[in-house]
Amino acid sequence: MPPLLKLILIRLGLGILTLWLVSVVVFAATQALPGDPARAILGKEAANKAEYLALRKQLHLDRPLYKQYFTWLGGVAQGNLGDSIAQQGTPVTSLLKDRVVDSAVLVLFAALISIPLSILIGALSAVWRDSRFDTTVNLGNLSLAALPEFVIGIVLVLLFAISVFHWLPAVSRVDPSISVFSQLKLLVLPAITLSLAVIPYVSRMLRASTIEVLESEYVMMARLKGLSGNVVLWRHALPNAIVPTLQVIALNLAWLAGGIVTVEYVFGFPGIGSGLVDAVANRDMPVVQALCLLIAAVYVGLNLIADIATILISPRLRTGLR
Amino acid sequence: MSAPDATPELLAAVTPAEKRPAQWIVTIREAWRMGRTKAGVIIFVAIVALALLGPLFAPDSPTSFVGAPFAGPSAKAWLGTDYIGHDVLSRVLWGGRTVIGLALAATVIGLLLGVGLGMISGYARRWVDETVMRILDIVLAFPSIVLALLFVSIVGPKLWLIVLMVGISHAPRIARVTRAATVEIAQRDFIKSAEALGVARRKILAFEILPNITSPLLVEFGLRLTYSIGLIAGLSFLGFGLQQPAADWGLMINENRIGITVQPWPVAVPVILIGILTIGTNLVADGLGRALIGIERDTGGT
Repeated sequence: MPPLLKLILIRLGLGILTLWLVSVVVFAATQALPGDPARAILGKEAANKAEYLALRKQLHLDRPLYKQYFTWLGGVAQGNLGDSIAQQGTPVTSLLKDRVVDSAVLVLFAALISIPLSILIGALSAVWRDSRFDTTVNLGNLSLAALPEFVIGIVLVLLFAISVFHWLPAVSRVDPSISVFSQLKLLVLPAITLSLAVIPYVSRMLRASTIEVLESEYVMMARLKGLSGNVVLWRHALPNAIVPTLQVIALNLAWLAGGIVTVEYVFGFPGIGSGLVDAVANRDMPVVQALCLLIAAVYVGLNLIADIATILISPRLRTGLR
Repeated sequence: MSAPDATPELLAAVTPAEKRPAQWIVTIREAWRMGRTKAGVIIFVAIVALALLGPLFAPDSPTSFVGAPFAGPSAKAWLGTDYIGHDVLSRVLWGGRTVIGLALAATVIGLLLGVGLGMISGYARRWVDETVMRILDIVLAFPSIVLALLFVSIVGPKLWLIVLMVGISHAPRIARVTRAATVEIAQRDFIKSAEALGVARRKILAFEILPNITSPLLVEFGLRLTYSIGLIAGLSFLGFGLQQPAADWGLMINENRIGITVQPWPVAVPVILIGILTIGTNLVADGLGRALIGIERDTGGT
């Protein structure tokens, strides 16, 4: 087997192993619940023993734990995530379908704003290293990286939606009957919030890798050939500087999966983040399980893609293996 | 390597360490030269002082009713009242202790877990290393807040649980930093000498390795404290931290956000204080990180 393929397969295997362990944790965690789901569904009516036992049987609670786990995992694999407890037995999948789409649109929107902007900021602060611009960007990044996302979101609401300007809606209650694309105005503040939280990490990484590339011999060569500074930067240096940044970009997109929890709650945006908060408040375990599993899968998946992309793209890793 | 060979090396490694100040003190000294570290420390001390001493200066009790709900600032209540008529200023002055205290506790838990696992992993290597790292990968697969929410949904919104989960969510990253530093130190001659002399492994970990990795751990502490503050305040903001009628900055934001258009102060002031506090701790962490890089460059990795 070619070593490159072997390396990728090992990464893939580790990713799948992690995901499987995550599913065990999510399942086991819900088993630690004092009392059982059957009692939770029936509430005070659990006094009726026969009805309670019937429901336990219906929910497969009478089987051994490992069998319950594999039944559950099999369901998950087929897209059956069980029924919501809080919403009177509505299937979790149909409950979460719209939320997943809305959140995906939000994250995509945030990525479209933050990635080009981070690349621009990172490249410029590398070119103008130690200038006033660079120092300002550095301190700005440091502050933004420190701020919790909900703080950024609320400050934006205070600035743009309430006190200083009245441009944008403070609450992003997307109308579920119309497509989210026709309500883009509602996406602006949540997406900017997420972008501001991501930009520091990506632009800092890009600055560092651009500086490294600008000091390399082939960039020196391009300069000596008489190419203009702009051509050298954008055509020759930047494409190579982006490679090590890919991992950070993917990590940050993955991180957005967690960041949306508080941000969606700030804006009342009906995605998977606010869905998780609601489900936790209602102790709707099937929904909590589904969302935790989904978010962890996105997180592990993006990390995996980043690792594999880095292996494939970076010539040093590729040739080093041969 | 035989013992007589090792002894002079061991002596050489130990003797100067007794004369030289500890590694972390050198890092702090170096960091203190930077303006950003000073600014961060000033911010941090100011907010901590406000949180600790604030209750002494609060005009009212944080739970007594002083006026109509969501009343604007007045001579009686400088920052107005909150959603049920508490004095906002008093609640702000009372509400910082919990955020800072719980965040510190979570960071310490994360540090203890991470350093312990990271050192064992980095020193033992082989299957212990692999196992510990795989287990930490599971924790790493969940964004911190999702991990905390998963367990809150099971146990309920308990403060000890939130502190513990935030601590656990920090452990993998701290363990990775610790592991990398430990692997580096474990290859040095003075560790080999100690091993050759038959020093117990836990003594090597505690007295030979730990003192030599304190600087990266100091930087980690600053970083993780910043994130702990955000997570603890965030969980209170989501309604899973402190519960009513407690005075807590995160909880205040949650309680009063419905009135944000009429009376923004009970939301704006806690938000700004949390924000400034995290910026302060991050400035200190950055100063320490830069000092560490500078020292490593100057001494070639010692």
